[in-house]
Amino acid sequence: MSKIALTRRNLLKAGAASGVALAAPMSFVRGAYAEEFCNMPTGSTVTLGFNVPQSGPYADEGADELRAYQLAVKHLNGEGDGGMLNTFSSKALKGNGILGKKVEYVTGDTQTKSDAARASAKRMIEKDGAIMITGGSSSGVAVAVQGLCQENGIIFMAGLTHSNDTTGKDKKRFGFRHFFNAYMSGQALGPILADELGKDRTAYHLTADYNWGWTQEESIKNATENLGWKTASAVRTPLGAGDFSQYLTPVLNSGADVLILNHYGKDMVNSLTQAVQFGMREKQVNGKNFEIVVPLFSRLMAQGAGENIKGILGTTNWNWSLQDDASQAFVKSFGQEYGFPPSQAAQTCYVQALLYADACERAGAFTPPQVIEALEGFEFDGMGNGPTLYRAADHQCFKEVLVVRGNENPSSQFDLLDVVKIVPRDQVTYDPSIFGGELGPSDVKKC
Amino acid sequence: MTKLLDREPVALLVFSAVILLMPLWLTPLGANYPDLLQKFAIYGIFAMGFNILFGLTGYLSFGHAAFLGVGSYAAVWSFKLFTMNVIPAIAFGVLFSGIFAFLIGYVSLRRSGIYFSILTLAFAQMCYNLAYSVLTPITNGETGLQLTLQDPRIIDRMFAPAGAGLPSTNFFGILMSGYSGFYFCAVVLIICFFISRRIFKSPFGLTLLGIKSNQNRMGYTGYNTRPYTQTAFVISGMFAGLAGSLLAVTDPLAGAERMQWTASGEVVLMTILGGVGTLIGPMLGAWLIKYFENIFSAFNEATLEQTFSFLPEPLAHAAVAISGLFVGEGWHLTLGVLFMLIVIFLPGGIMEGWRRLARWIGGGGGGKAKSESAAVAQPAE
Repeated sequence: MSKIALTRRNLLKAGAASGVALAAPMSFVRGAYAEEFCNMPTGSTVTLGFNVPQSGPYADEGADELRAYQLAVKHLNGEGDGGMLNTFSSKALKGNGILGKKVEYVTGDTQTKSDAARASAKRMIEKDGAIMITGGSSSGVAVAVQGLCQENGIIFMAGLTHSNDTTGKDKKRFGFRHFFNAYMSGQALGPILADELGKDRTAYHLTADYNWGWTQEESIKNATENLGWKTASAVRTPLGAGDFSQYLTPVLNSGADVLILNHYGKDMVNSLTQAVQFGMREKQVNGKNFEIVVPLFSRLMAQGAGENIKGILGTTNWNWSLQDDASQAFVKSFGQEYGFPPSQAAQTCYVQALLYADACERAGAFTPPQVIEALEGFEFDGMGNGPTLYRAADHQCFKEVLVVRGNENPSSQFDLLDVVKIVPRDQVTYDPSIFGGELGPSDVKKC
Repeated sequence: MTKLLDREPVALLVFSAVILLMPLWLTPLGANYPDLLQKFAIYGIFAMGFNILFGLTGYLSFGHAAFLGVGSYAAVWSFKLFTMNVIPAIAFGVLFSGIFAFLIGYVSLRRSGIYFSILTLAFAQMCYNLAYSVLTPITNGETGLQLTLQDPRIIDRMFAPAGAGLPSTNFFGILMSGYSGFYFCAVVLIICFFISRRIFKSPFGLTLLGIKSNQNRMGYTGYNTRPYTQTAFVISGMFAGLAGSLLAVTDPLAGAERMQWTASGEVVLMTILGGVGTLIGPMLGAWLIKYFENIFSAFNEATLEQTFSFLPEPLAHAAVAISGLFVGEGWHLTLGVLFMLIVIFLPGGIMEGWRRLARWIGGGGGGKAKSESAAVAQPAE
């Protein structure tokens, strides 16, 4: 149709022009490559990336995480009352930023979607020069962002992620998790369930259909079946379903007398509320009271579920009603700043930010391999969870796990969870090899 | 100027220059970083491909994200099974999405209008649910398909033993992350622009336009329209698959949410924002949406306070409070408002705005009647 000779000549011209165009920006970006490792802080500030869900089913947790991070930044920079810095067993942090550099931060929305979370983390790494990424309220997102951080040589301090995979099958050298996991929940909750509900029970699982839901279902199933329970059925529900009635109707006819909700955030609020509205808690099955168990609990969810949460058992990483000095100090400074107590998501994120800063101070550098070394096998206390170990083999924190119950007589709108038992660390510690996975190398990477 | 731009070599040259110089002219807008540049190029291809179907035949597919997802999964599997080289990955991505598009198109194109849209939407949701919870061994569900150290990578292993870490995607040794990844996507985008331009100007493209304006009339003149729409659908699906595989090339991960209906809706928004049926309009729409998603969503209160720090304190607080609604998690709101404004005042999208501006500058602002006649002529374009 068009003349070939003309096209070819112009194609050559276009080729030459594109060559020039290709070369030009390269000379602009070369400066960015002249550094020792990716996003090495050179000025008087250091940038952290807070990647939290601001929309989607976990938006409430995300908002609380962000508050905690902003508080942590204040404390690191020596503003406010210092919070847990005063109770933390390591005294490396002096309240003058990290290694004398003022802490700044950038934020992003994970939307609780792997793609969006990675795009947002990439923006922080490539554009904003973040040296560490932290946050998130979903294991799917944590695993995706952790993988990205490993590729880019950026440290990832996971926020709220409860799946066994994060520090199991999908563990990474650059990824660290302070939060407990589904396996620990099972270990902690199992004996209590046996005590309270008996050993002759049949469970019905409703499970959020993603990474975290699957591993929690598996862990709780294993733990309860070891007690002698039977499992009637395990049904997967889509994340953010909203209406769970179609999944709840078959439960009562299945012969099960315990409903286990492997849901979190708004999903749990919805499924629990609907289960209670169905009158499940008044029912008698197999001559026993029908019970509902929510293995992973949080105060934010309890707040959302209101009355329905009363008497329901679950586990949690931390609760603001704990009486140790560290928890009290954190609740106090969080309360002064925002006017209400922090959630477990806030606590884990706050602690992660402090732990990273502390590791940099102790390593005396921001260089990722040195920071990783400082975090691996780090034993600390005074962060609200009792003595804690960052295990080197899988970058998982080992600490006490709280078994809680929805408060029957709350004294305030925040006093929603009763701590039934503080399960000691030894009881939830497991062999890292059971989940497989490999940490991978800790090479220094350039951007 | 417009006459000159109609000539193919000039058009290609200008287009190439604009695309390849993106790192330069996007710097003042704060959008010069590899990930966003890659997204600009990739979603440009996606929207351009969508436009071949929607812009030329008028068939509004609400399920194009399915092909994007299929392309991604095929590409990641190619990385896992065969090699980290991107060429086979792209080939597989395009091939598989082409097959999917053929099958889905074969069924859906029996209907037109709203029924076609609903059918494609249903198929896409089916693909999404399959990827999300049924075919989890293939797709890894919500977590998304990722590379692991245990992957076979048969072809790579023939040449070199596995390294300690995860390998990176490469184009014969050139790593596909960072700026080199962008330039690779940019070159693909330029090639797609060339193909798309050729389709627009070809007798095939004119036939498609004929189908858009009146399918019955085309039938009476002796055209069997089904093969034409089917071909357009497959080409458009392959463009989407190409975009999907490029997403995997720049970041080797494929998630099910890429196939969700919101993603299908997004490409419709991109096309309408930019200008349906125009060559580069859909790409501009894609840029606008991706810019909002990545830059506006990142503004937080601290940035706003900095921006308004020149104002006196109470005023600054008010300004932060008001503008805070539109940035950060409120970026959807900004986009919604913008979308409404464009649909109401510029039904032809950004491209109509551009044409009006050009005419206003060229004609000394004296052409209200002319611009109205252009607006009327718009739908047939």
